[in-house]
Amino acid sequence: MHVKQISVFLENKSGRLAEVTKVLASNNIDISALSIADTTDFGILRLIVNDPEKAEKALKESEFTVSCTSVIAIAIEDKPGGLSKALNILEEKAIGIEYMYAFVGKTSDEALVIIRVEDPCKAVDVLMNNGIKVLSSDKVYKL
Amino acid sequence: MQYWNPTYECMSREEMTRVQAERLINTVKRVFHNVPFYREKMQKQGVEPGDIKTLDDLKKLPFTYKQDLRDTYPYGLFATPLSEIVRIHASSGTTGRQTVVGYTRRDIDTWAEVMARTLSCAGGNMNSFIQVAYGYGLFTGGLGVHYGAERIGASVIPISGGNTKRQLQIMKDFGTTLLACTPSYALFMAEEMEEMGIKKGDLKLKAGVFGAEPWSDNMRNEIEERLGILAIDIYGLSEIIGPGVASECPCKCGLHIPEDHFIPEIIDPVTEEVLPPGSKGEIVFTTVTKEGLPLIRYRTRDISTLNYDKCECGRTAVRMSKVSGRTDDMLIIRGVNVFPSQIESVLLEIGETAPHYLLIVDRADNLDSLEVWVEMTQSIFSDEVRRVEEVEKKIRKEIEGTLGISAKVKLVEPKTIERSEGKAKRVIDKRKL
Repeated sequence: MHVKQISVFLENKSGRLAEVTKVLASNNIDISALSIADTTDFGILRLIVNDPEKAEKALKESEFTVSCTSVIAIAIEDKPGGLSKALNILEEKAIGIEYMYAFVGKTSDEALVIIRVEDPCKAVDVLMNNGIKVLSSDKVYKL
Repeated sequence: MQYWNPTYECMSREEMTRVQAERLINTVKRVFHNVPFYREKMQKQGVEPGDIKTLDDLKKLPFTYKQDLRDTYPYGLFATPLSEIVRIHASSGTTGRQTVVGYTRRDIDTWAEVMARTLSCAGGNMNSFIQVAYGYGLFTGGLGVHYGAERIGASVIPISGGNTKRQLQIMKDFGTTLLACTPSYALFMAEEMEEMGIKKGDLKLKAGVFGAEPWSDNMRNEIEERLGILAIDIYGLSEIIGPGVASECPCKCGLHIPEDHFIPEIIDPVTEEVLPPGSKGEIVFTTVTKEGLPLIRYRTRDISTLNYDKCECGRTAVRMSKVSGRTDDMLIIRGVNVFPSQIESVLLEIGETAPHYLLIVDRADNLDSLEVWVEMTQSIFSDEVRRVEEVEKKIRKEIEGTLGISAKVKLVEPKTIERSEGKAKRVIDKRKL
């Protein structure tokens, strides 16, 4: 139930983000979610794409520093309290969240959220046992 | 014009040559008999103490390099039993190994003598209040000036470096007349002074002795204007004795060398030949009175010229021109000697980073800054900001630990630091000196 996330190191200088998207475009890779964590000097771009292996290879070939991490994707009700419910479950089980971000698109009346935790296996079990819908990687890559 | 020791400072060339030759002959005998390193080096070159009869024979002797001090770390070049050493100082080395220097009681006395001459050059005397804002500690700056100030009978304010507001408050309240620090720190103080609302008229400051880093005439003008003082350039290096190796007089046309203690030569750094007076080249010193660590023809790597004409101040002591550069890649940042190779060894030690780096040295608000660019690699990269910042912090701490000065570390994308076939460009020095 893990989803592969591609992270790219970016220096804070103009044109770097455009360069990443250019590499992905020329390899026909579709981005379904992204987030950027930025500091004064650098940024870390995190991507969910339809073909993580291909994206990692293409970016490395273009001299980017890339890492591949397992994250989880959950679908929650798109209404007040939807996210809160899922996060409370993790909180109760003392599963810390490193970071999270929302999907760009959505399916029907569900909101999709990417969550990065230390131990994704445990988090998946906890969430599923508590009735939170965790998306399979196949499903996520096709979004 | 005031001198500290006119006998030597204004000695005729003939007389000085005689003094130097006599002291050189004794020094050579001493190092030959007491320092195996020099004995071997001289034997290899086919020179014996008996071959050194006149000052002109100096050129027959082998050179001493900074590397020799490292190779014999810590005490290998000392010429007296360690029981006679009363002080040890050290300066940063290129691979974490420091350059260690030792002083006998008489060496400390010599140090006070030469620094007394320096401070007298700047107008210091028993009525002066001398604020020593050079660092005290293993660095020779603070204590060297301190000894000279005590020798001339001045009131010494041993405040050491840092805490600028307190420096200025004390300068004003205690009536400091002479300031000793790096030129960039003097300018920094001038700025802080304006912020604190202290005017130069509120101070009794008359002069300053500034050294330990390169500075320009523009900087001198600015310091003199803003602090309302006479700014004197001083020169020194711990291997020779520390501060006190040379100092300008109020004529500001070259730095007088106490030649009765340190004999200078200018050589071509490549052919190692001695160049005639007035030529530009590497300045080399032979100490002829030091007991603890006498050095023969020590290669300073500093570029200068020598002028033997009598100065308008009346001193005959030879003058070296303000150091105009280095024959190696050493940088002086906030008064600290930095070799780019030190950064390389830090990165190699950390192991996970690429050994490619770029040093960017700049000066903002009269304070030097050092930024180190290091390339990101797969092994240290993480999707978590926290972890990447931890790497940055680790590199910064290691660099600070090795260099002894703070640095900013910037992680850059791989292969963005220029590679070149020959000597890679490792340093961008934006300071306008």
